[in-house]
Amino acid sequence: MRTDTATDRHVIEATALRRRYRASGSKATKRNSANTSPTATRGFEAVRGVSFTVARGELFALLGTNGAGKTSTVELLEGLAAPSGGQVRVLGHDPYLDRAAVRPRIGVMLQEGGFPSDLTVRETVRMWAGCTTDARPAAEALEMVGLTGRAEVRVKMLSGGERRRLDLALALLGNPELLFLDEPTTGLDAEVRRETWELVRHLRDQGTTIVLTTHYLDEAEALADRLAIMRRGRIVASGTPAEVTAARPARIRFELPPAVSAGELPLSVPAAVHGRRVEVRTERLQEALTELLLWARDKQLELVGLDARSASLEEAFLDIATGEGEELAA
Amino acid sequence: MRTTRMRRLAALGRAEATLLWRNRSAAFMALAMPLIMIYAMHSTTARMHLGKIGMTATAVSVTGGIGMILVLVVYANLVPAYVTRREQLVLKRLRTGEPTDLEILTGTALPAVVVALAQCAALVVAGTAVLDLSAPQRPELLLLGAALGIPLMVACAAVTTVVTRSAEVAQLTTMPLWMITLAGSGLFVPLEIMPHQLADVCRLLPMTPVVDLFRTGWLGGADAMRVVRDVLTAGVWLGVAGWAVRRWFRWEPRR
Repeated sequence: MRTDTATDRHVIEATALRRRYRASGSKATKRNSANTSPTATRGFEAVRGVSFTVARGELFALLGTNGAGKTSTVELLEGLAAPSGGQVRVLGHDPYLDRAAVRPRIGVMLQEGGFPSDLTVRETVRMWAGCTTDARPAAEALEMVGLTGRAEVRVKMLSGGERRRLDLALALLGNPELLFLDEPTTGLDAEVRRETWELVRHLRDQGTTIVLTTHYLDEAEALADRLAIMRRGRIVASGTPAEVTAARPARIRFELPPAVSAGELPLSVPAAVHGRRVEVRTERLQEALTELLLWARDKQLELVGLDARSASLEEAFLDIATGEGEELAA
Repeated sequence: MRTTRMRRLAALGRAEATLLWRNRSAAFMALAMPLIMIYAMHSTTARMHLGKIGMTATAVSVTGGIGMILVLVVYANLVPAYVTRREQLVLKRLRTGEPTDLEILTGTALPAVVVALAQCAALVVAGTAVLDLSAPQRPELLLLGAALGIPLMVACAAVTTVVTRSAEVAQLTTMPLWMITLAGSGLFVPLEIMPHQLADVCRLLPMTPVVDLFRTGWLGGADAMRVVRDVLTAGVWLGVAGWAVRRWFRWEPRR
């Protein structure tokens, strides 16, 4: 494997990245433009000062609602556009200016892949193989994504999920050190999604560094070593999935027993009552739960539908990404 | 195996050739239209008074026919091809890989260029063997014309995609250059029979110097000054078109 000492640890270093789209809808590609403040020039700034690093061998996930700036950020890492501000290094190079040095070492799966509709799957893989350094054999690439039986089918006849898998096969064709997956499982059914996860884990275990964007939170929770949540062009939370969820309150839910009124609940447990449904949100789950259960035993009550859990990534995400929570980082 | 420029171009060209073959209307456009058009032009040219400039209608339409092949097979065929690949997000996907921007545009153009070159060669052979024309007097000028005219038509096609939203609209957006070239670049009306002022203006059109190289290269009459003027005019157009591609070409659909 090729390694540069400078990039041994960090495969990606993004510093204060910005990306502005011109008002006409075409992309601003001006590098280090003199003025980058949002009000000074027209257009829309989709990425507003994003900094992060991705270590070698890590699986890093970018989360965010639609329009948060995930794809705009990833396209800067892939070298498809130049940032309007800030700096990005991928494998020690500028991915936009030094495309020839970076491209043979990365694999890219775009959010929406484009393939000529009248080529067959095999012809498409063959075209890509001709454009790829050290390409795997076409049969092996199709086998990896389970498309072997569809090799002679025209691309236009493929289902949306099959097209995503063809896209993934092409991203893997060159055995990349660094793999970009932009919403890789969108449109896949549950079973194929699990298979894709297995494949992604397998690649990571073999040492591939992976940058993944997704809006499936279970996907990020299942796969990511580290993640960042984006909102309106900024990273508002980052860390391991455990770190991101740790800062969020846990919750306890149960049905208020018929003989009890809301006022009789133990006072130190702050509860919201909707009809008979009670929801407790607490940062000290164990204490609150102990108190509640002791109270219930004393009163000989049965708490129907009792459910206690730490914050899931989904709850943390909804809290953070929709802007109800405070910003944890700029 | 490390991918090389030639290997990438071959892979892109092969895929595009498959697509051209599977797209029946595009394949017909590329293969049959030039012959039909050259035949149609010939009957018009035959009614002009060409004797005073010492050319026959056959000589004019065969040499102009080479220019016509470049416009029809390379230019008119590539505009919808580029637009289709752009709208299908193929160009964007290709740009995530190892081919350079120039390789993507060139590779996509290869089948049309090969078909055009084959037709030009067939026309030269047919003109010499069947149509009573002398063999080309300065074949190197024919090659020079192709070497300038083909990249020029490819670049013009790429520029035209900027104002072409879909492959269907391409029939409309390719019209201006096609009409201007047909009327003013000497394809079937030699500049020599035009009024002087008009001919001077027509000499500045993009395809006029290319057609002039074909005609003088085959029929004779080229002096050094004329060749230099043709090369300079075509070179300026190629530079302008290339600059416009770099400046305005879009690699993905407008959102």
